[in-house]
Amino acid sequence: MRKLLLLFTVVVVGLIFIARLFYLQVYNQSAYNPLEDNAIRKVYDYPKRGYVYDRNGVLLVANQPSYDVMIIPREVEPLDTIEFCNLLKITKEKFISTYKKAKHYSPRLPSVFVPQLSKKDYAVLQEKMRKFKGFYIQKRTLRDYQTSIGANVLGDIGEVNQAIINKKPYYKMGDLIGKQGIEVSYEETLRGIKGIKFIQKDRFNRDIGPYKDGIFDTLPEPGKDINITIDAQLQAYGEMLMKHKRGGIIAIEPSSGEILAMVSGPSYNPNLLVGRDRSKNYTKMHYDTIAKPLFDRSLMAQYAPGSPFKVINALIGLQEGVVTAHESFACRMGYYYGSRKLTGCHHHKSPVDMNAGIAQSCNAYFVNVYRRIVEKYDDAGEGLNVWANHAKSFGLGDFLHNDLSVGRPGRIPDGDYYDRQYGDNRWGSTYNVSNAIGQGEVEATPIQLANMVAAIANRGYYYTPHIIKSIENDTIPKQFQTKNHTTIDKKNFDPVVQGMFDVFNKGTAQSLQIPGIEICGKTGTAENFMKIDGKTTQLTDHSIFVAFAPKDNPKIAIAVFVENGYWGSRFAGRMATLMIEKFINGNITRTDLEDWILTHSLENEYKKPYSGEPFNINRGSLLQVIDNYKDEANTDDVTINTSEKPSL
Amino acid sequence: MLRENHRGFKFDWVTIVLFLALVGFGWLNILSASHEGEIITYFNTSLPYGKQLLFIMLTIVLIGVILSIEAKFYERFASVIYIISMLSLVGLFIFGKNVNGATSWYGIGGMTFQPSEFAKFATSLAVAKYISDLQTNMKSLSDQLKTIAIIVLPAILILLQNDAGSTVVYASFFFVFYREGLQQIYLVIGVIIMLLSVISLKFGILISAGVSLIIIAALYFFMKKKRPSIVQPIIVFVLCVVFSFGVKTFYDSILKPHQKDRISLWLRLEKDPVKLQQMKKTILYNLNESEKAISSGGLKGKGFLEGTRTTGKFVPEQHTDYIFSTVGEEWGFLGSAMVVILFVSLIIRILYLAEAQKNQFSRVYGYCVASILFVHFTINTGMVMGLIPTVGIPLPFFSYGGSGLWGFAILLFIFVKLDSNKINEW
Repeated sequence: MRKLLLLFTVVVVGLIFIARLFYLQVYNQSAYNPLEDNAIRKVYDYPKRGYVYDRNGVLLVANQPSYDVMIIPREVEPLDTIEFCNLLKITKEKFISTYKKAKHYSPRLPSVFVPQLSKKDYAVLQEKMRKFKGFYIQKRTLRDYQTSIGANVLGDIGEVNQAIINKKPYYKMGDLIGKQGIEVSYEETLRGIKGIKFIQKDRFNRDIGPYKDGIFDTLPEPGKDINITIDAQLQAYGEMLMKHKRGGIIAIEPSSGEILAMVSGPSYNPNLLVGRDRSKNYTKMHYDTIAKPLFDRSLMAQYAPGSPFKVINALIGLQEGVVTAHESFACRMGYYYGSRKLTGCHHHKSPVDMNAGIAQSCNAYFVNVYRRIVEKYDDAGEGLNVWANHAKSFGLGDFLHNDLSVGRPGRIPDGDYYDRQYGDNRWGSTYNVSNAIGQGEVEATPIQLANMVAAIANRGYYYTPHIIKSIENDTIPKQFQTKNHTTIDKKNFDPVVQGMFDVFNKGTAQSLQIPGIEICGKTGTAENFMKIDGKTTQLTDHSIFVAFAPKDNPKIAIAVFVENGYWGSRFAGRMATLMIEKFINGNITRTDLEDWILTHSLENEYKKPYSGEPFNINRGSLLQVIDNYKDEANTDDVTINTSEKPSL
Repeated sequence: MLRENHRGFKFDWVTIVLFLALVGFGWLNILSASHEGEIITYFNTSLPYGKQLLFIMLTIVLIGVILSIEAKFYERFASVIYIISMLSLVGLFIFGKNVNGATSWYGIGGMTFQPSEFAKFATSLAVAKYISDLQTNMKSLSDQLKTIAIIVLPAILILLQNDAGSTVVYASFFFVFYREGLQQIYLVIGVIIMLLSVISLKFGILISAGVSLIIIAALYFFMKKKRPSIVQPIIVFVLCVVFSFGVKTFYDSILKPHQKDRISLWLRLEKDPVKLQQMKKTILYNLNESEKAISSGGLKGKGFLEGTRTTGKFVPEQHTDYIFSTVGEEWGFLGSAMVVILFVSLIIRILYLAEAQKNQFSRVYGYCVASILFVHFTINTGMVMGLIPTVGIPLPFFSYGGSGLWGFAILLFIFVKLDSNKINEW
């Protein structure tokens, strides 16, 4: 026994050690990857980010070099601080606090000392840089916007945060990534793939040579240039019209689903989000929770669509066979259920058939149609489900699943929606007649409305609205080249389109005709409310307009929302037809209309709810007139410099 | 015996091959851990690998000398060698050179010489000589104390030079004493002391007292036959409690801060985040880097001279105490498991040969060699893998250092010589 103690111990220790080694080296292991080895420094070579052109080849977004002054604190030697601070345009206090911060982060690792120098400062500093040991200049690439328009379309890039790095390990601290707009939706196309060099370092973080003579190193793959569907001239014009107003404009080419213009008001100059002031400007806009310049109203704002939605009810009525184009309904300044007035209406001739119903935007007509659709089925829930399915086939009530970085689903209520609210079979069509006239529970974003109009313009189908026109050496996604058919037969569109045409001939938009262009449209006026000090208060109505032109072979479909613009043809109608005229004819003949839009501001209207004072709405509100808009337009440089004509 | 037929080569070739394999492989790893950029010549004596190559060559010469000396010389001159060795240790207090806080080196010219590495074989010779004396009886207390005195003397001298790591090695003689007749009770007491120390440090004196009470009570009640009086277990219990207090006091007041840190890290006693953070930068740093280097080797390793952490010199002291992490990184599980197997084989081979000795002196000496190698190997490898607290002692035959290599070579080859002389014994 005594002979065996040491032998036994030796064998046991040997086995324990082998087990431990097995645990460390085999069991608890993934394959060796130099990317995860912190003994290897990874030096990234960033490729050029892809340029962005508009549909006509106008360059919108390019790149510019930017220079960061970097510091490695422990390599810093005594220097002429006054001179250095003057060169960098910082105070001595700032110098000391930044130095302390960098040293606290790591004495050995580089930190940013002064970010994003201007080219001029860089030129001066570069000459003298060798005098300042421990500091060096790191070149990065920033976006260079060739225009001051389209901030909501073009978006911006910014540094990745830890959450993104955790989700997408491709990105490393300090990398840039799309934050808004197409920079987000086409991030991977635009950014390319960064190259990587592996460098062996020692425990003091000093480079001691390429790792394995660079066999793992890769070259950067440059980002691809893209053309977007936006027409820069039309976009600039739309943004000019939207000045001093809040709302959104979406213009779509019906034959392709390409978005021609995507205007959100208020907007900002995309150059604000580049360079040294990016963070300051971003914060300022981010905290402007009233005007919300970063909120893309054309994609994100869910408004009650108002009267433009009536045409959908007309189409569903025809498709379900509950009404013919020639059947007339009486209107006594509203719709009465028994002696109860369910909805009011404005003054027009009565009775009205479908054509006049659309042209005059008669509420009573559409309540009748809506009730017939819902009541066609024994159960109101089932009837409303059928109704909702038709409406949804126009891309309403759900995300469009397109290539824009943001979006909202809007809302088309179905039978289940009311079953949840009232209980099964405990409600009928009279509970929600507001749906007939695009108020109540129905909500849509401007892009959904524009798409709805495109589907009507195409007489029964639409292409998913998208922003990508072409990608360098690549094709655009298939989903944007396939038709989405609505549930409405082609023949049922004719009376409705005629009705929309007559909106201009004898209806609510007679004043907005464009000489030489056959245009179809629909006005809309939507009531809206806001909670002020806990009390629901009505505000001036939203002005809404949808249109497409020409009537046959339409080239443009458009939806315009102007918040608190009072009635459809007042702001939105003027703006929509001006956009159409600009796009189709290239110039504006109705300069009085243009002048009116440019000289009238709604800023006062938007201030009212926050004034703390009681205020009047609609008829009781006064319009604000700007006299010197032309000077303003010049200084703000809203037009872009291009001699090219849109190719149509 | 089989080897009696091969009188041409009387030395045990298995031991020699294992020795050469360990030294050779060790040198390859020192080369990897200490080269800086391109290797122009292996005899670059400004870098550790070049020096070590020189040491290895001198070792071969030294081995030749050891093997050519008459075997009886070692037994006869054991006491003299021991006395000389002890004097060299004492001399350090006057002429010693301070390196890293320990006064364990003589500086002669540009070379340094560490007598504690040589005290191991000298003590082994003395222990073997004393135990093999016909008059010595390991079961008698007075002889036990005398034997212990032989090892305590160098242990204290080394401890006084601030080299606590090397002192721990002298505990390895316990295996020798046990083999030569030390009572079973010492083994039991030894195990109890270790368990009690760990329990009182980790869980506190109260738990330690509770555990000893339960075990003693259980033992007492299950001891059906010849149950002793109640006084005996009570005394044992009191001793346990006193011992627990002793351990605590020793840990709190006598241990140096860095030694305390190592133990508290091993037992995960430290809860204060600030202190932990500080430890992470100092002792835990070495340990983490060494464990990371070993882990990163994977099954097959990154290849000779390809270890990224070795090349970047991430593990401090990698060519000396932490040399095993280089094996782990560059040769992977296969390589490091092979090193473990080589060491275990060498120790088992020595044990086998020791048991086969006819002469008690040779057997005891063989046991000393096996025990010392075992303790060195266990402590060093266990530390590098993060299994036991940090104790700064080298890995035999592997770690960089002339004194260490020579000390172990002399230790081993005196036994090889003794073993070869077995047939001449009667």
